[in-house]
Amino acid sequence: MQIFPFLVVAWIVAVGLYGLVASRDLIHQIVCLIVVQSSTYVLLLGIGYVTGGVAPYFYDISPHAKAVDPVVQALALTDVVVEAAVTALLLSFAIQAHKRFGTLDPHELVEFKG
Amino acid sequence: MTPRQRLWLFTIAAAGLVACYLWAFAGLPGFGNYPGPYGQEILKHAIAQTNATGVVSAINFDYRGFDTVGEEFILFTAAAGMSVVLRKLRGEHEQRAKSPYDRDLPPTSDAIRVPTLALVGPVVLIGWWLASHAQTNPSGGFQGGVILATAFMLVYLSGEFLAFRRLSPVALLNGAEALGAGAFVAVGLAAVAQGLPYLDNFLPLGQVPGAVSSSGTIALISFFVGIEVAAAFTLIIGELLEQTLFSSGGKIPRNPPIRDPLASRESQGNV
Amino acid sequence: MIPNAAMDILQVTVLILVAAGATVVVRTRERTRLVLVLSGYGMLLAILFFAFQAPDVSLSELTVGAVALPLILLLAIAKVRKRPE
Repeated sequence: MQIFPFLVVAWIVAVGLYGLVASRDLIHQIVCLIVVQSSTYVLLLGIGYVTGGVAPYFYDISPHAKAVDPVVQALALTDVVVEAAVTALLLSFAIQAHKRFGTLDPHELVEFKG
Repeated sequence: MTPRQRLWLFTIAAAGLVACYLWAFAGLPGFGNYPGPYGQEILKHAIAQTNATGVVSAINFDYRGFDTVGEEFILFTAAAGMSVVLRKLRGEHEQRAKSPYDRDLPPTSDAIRVPTLALVGPVVLIGWWLASHAQTNPSGGFQGGVILATAFMLVYLSGEFLAFRRLSPVALLNGAEALGAGAFVAVGLAAVAQGLPYLDNFLPLGQVPGAVSSSGTIALISFFVGIEVAAAFTLIIGELLEQTLFSSGGKIPRNPPIRDPLASRESQGNV
Repeated sequence: MIPNAAMDILQVTVLILVAAGATVVVRTRERTRLVLVLSGYGMLLAILFFAFQAPDVSLSELTVGAVALPLILLLAIAKVRKRPE
């Protein structure tokens, strides 16, 4: 249990990268990027966890209770929302590529001149 | 390089990467034994210094407010970038249907329309509540803003695209997004105008920790962030909707898929 | 207070489910199926963040990863599919 969450993080990164490399569709590649990014959230929260700690909100519990680390939660929070907007930007690139090239296969979107 | 060779090269490289990861994780102090002094220090002093019981939002908007300004501008840039990328290409003209009802789609069934339209009001209320209560509960500008944008999505999902477009014209959304982002920066500059560091918490802190009117600038900033995030997400959805509903025609100078000269014989056969 | 052992079991179970979910997302090839599987993966992640005592991040992941992101993806897929003219 000491290291199990980090093993899961390494697994998610490997699986996501494999999907990215072996994919034949631009949309599927973007989804694999989302999976790889989600592994960083798990890593951040896994680092900040304190055994026996509660969530760092003290509205109805004593301020001296043992709580998990709030800094990594703040980092992961803004990250989650911003990721969606950046993914939307990537998808708009895919849409324009489809309009111009007619295909979404990354093996055929290679641009060699001459 | 054939796809199979690529895959073998990837496997070797990924094995190396995972080995480095595992070696790095073995040096960590283990899951659950977080020793970090920064988090514990903030927990000790957060309520006394900011009168906010939600320590995560206090970190987001007060202690690390500068990082949040940067993140918000990433969101702003992504939404603006989408409008630029999805512009009309040279040679493309949009075949605007006479109205969106010209498409041969079946009308939305009542089983979808009634719940979605009935839920729009409560969703707006929940989003507004979340965006303005950052300092007390697990809430904040970012979550509240996304839920507010979801209310607009519900209007579209119930089949009323025209109502969606009329409720959220692009000019209004652009203005709301700019207002949210600019107000965040303005609150920070207002602190500078009083001789304090940028984004310092200068408003009165209030009596009771955790009340809505306490904690100074945190509630104000969270409210503006909520407006900005809601406007950005509604803009993104609106852009994509326009793309799907008005199909593009015309003669775009279409580059043919160029053959990869390094591809092997068998895959070149069918181009 | 939840005893530490029960918390451990919960976290290990959800971690295994998340790892399996990531594998399923990567192995799905059809586009419309990808949207639903991604939505389910987002919900699993939200449960994991909740088990890690982070309700704020869990709320964010639920709204973004299970609602907003699949909708954006679905609109993009609708744009690039072949129209039955």
